[in-house]
Amino acid sequence: MTMEFTYHITSIDGLFILAMSLLLGFEVIKNVPAVLHTPLMSGSNAISGIILFGGLIQLMSTPPDRVWVLLFASIAVLLGAINIAGGFFVTHRMLAMFQVRKKDGRKP
Amino acid sequence: MEFLFLLATIGLILGLKFMGDPVRAVLGNAVAAISVVVALIGVAITSYEPAAGAGTFNILLLAGLLAAGTIIGRLLAVRVPMTGMPQLVAMLNGFGGLAAVIIALIEGLAHPIGDDMRTTGGLLLLSAVFGGVAFTGSLVAHSKLEGKKLPKARRGHIVAARALLWAMVALFALYMLAPVPVIPFTTVLLLMAVISLVFGALFTLPIGGADMPVLICFLVALHGLVALLAGMFFQDTVMLIGGVLVGATGILLTLQMSKAMNRTLRSVLAGVIKRDTGGSEREQDIRPISAAETASLLAFSRQVAIIPGYGMAVSQAQGTCQEMQTALERMGATVHYIIHPVAGRMPGHMNVLLAEANVAYESILSMEDVNDVMGRYDAVLVIGANDVVNPAAETDADSSIYGMPIIRAYAAKQVVVLKRGMATGYSGEMNLLFDRANCRLLFGDARSSLRTIIDELKRI
Repeated sequence: MTMEFTYHITSIDGLFILAMSLLLGFEVIKNVPAVLHTPLMSGSNAISGIILFGGLIQLMSTPPDRVWVLLFASIAVLLGAINIAGGFFVTHRMLAMFQVRKKDGRKP
Repeated sequence: MEFLFLLATIGLILGLKFMGDPVRAVLGNAVAAISVVVALIGVAITSYEPAAGAGTFNILLLAGLLAAGTIIGRLLAVRVPMTGMPQLVAMLNGFGGLAAVIIALIEGLAHPIGDDMRTTGGLLLLSAVFGGVAFTGSLVAHSKLEGKKLPKARRGHIVAARALLWAMVALFALYMLAPVPVIPFTTVLLLMAVISLVFGALFTLPIGGADMPVLICFLVALHGLVALLAGMFFQDTVMLIGGVLVGATGILLTLQMSKAMNRTLRSVLAGVIKRDTGGSEREQDIRPISAAETASLLAFSRQVAIIPGYGMAVSQAQGTCQEMQTALERMGATVHYIIHPVAGRMPGHMNVLLAEANVAYESILSMEDVNDVMGRYDAVLVIGANDVVNPAAETDADSSIYGMPIIRAYAAKQVVVLKRGMATGYSGEMNLLFDRANCRLLFGDARSSLRTIIDELKRI
């Protein structure tokens, strides 16, 4: 596997990205109303399933004769995919419920 | 291609931002999901390496796995009842954690890491460890939420967990700092992965039911951290930013939850061993009430408040509760729900349940909205909540929940507590509310009690 780094995490650029995105992250989800806490949790949990990209990179660069690597990378990708799909679908289900209720609530 | 990744990253940030806004939340979720898919396709294309021997087989395999994962995930999401939401999130989080461990192990074992690349090795170690803890920790949390029997937490578990934690720190320090490698990298990686798996289970075991909201947030934050580390390792910006966003969400919610319980994160995560409440037991002056009496009390109330807790989720009483609300409103009363930030087993748990029961937005209030005007309520119904209405938090400095913000149910004109039995809440503290002259207890399953109340109301 070739590791062609476009930037190095030890370099100041990497740390800069890290610091900025951390600040941004806190800023983005500050002051979320309690109603949305559960969907926010399940939604962000789904996002963290992007860990599967790692397995995907492994999967796409391994020749078919390295059975063990392929097998385990496959398990990782499958688990990650379940994490992402399950997370987003269930979040959508919850949010849709909120939506329907709001429409009902407006009617006298 | 780089442009695609930039779009995906912006999509993730915007998606999460929208998810924090009630009106645009559905859109936000969709934007985030699409961004992930876009980035996924991009990563698949850029990492495809025919030169390394990968071929059509790999592409087909990947497509098959992604399709299977999506179908399974979708089935899980559709099948789960709303009361089972915390369990599902815990389980999905566990899946992601396991995936992280496997990825780190493959990376470390199949592609040797030279001794001159310790930063890379360190990243890999950390992502394996956090992934491992998130995996077994989430599994234990899931079993706890399912109500499965687990070995009882003992002092020994906490001590063992601490020892393992220090062992991991020592191993990590040894690897990073030793001038000459003492133990080969692969050994360190395997050892730390195994220790982290055991540690995850041990450290979660003593964390109790009411601390679940904090624990789940913490585990999600941990998982986000893994994505961040993996993003650094694979030099993948989308992964890195995604990880940061999830980590930030998790940490923020964790802190908010522990603040709502007036406990430090440390004391929650350190675990609690149920103490023997030997000396402090005393007879409480309990005044029971029947469902029929409750109904007539409600019938003569103009302002009614309902304080739900985990017990409502357990007895699946949310629908019945909404029916009672409708019945009362038809009789001219105003009904409010008051939700404590840590009621239930995950942040916002009660909101989800009430939404499922079609309770209107406007009738749900938060603790801060009403605490100063509780006196205006003619009747307050506490359904399956306990510690969050215990006045000991305000009056008894010796109480373990002293200082925790509570809903001042006691300040209402009349309080009725729906309870299955005289068991204490999660904290094990006696509820001083029951001693108050304006408090009466309605024993029995919450749903059947509510059912009886509705029937009685119709007769009035």
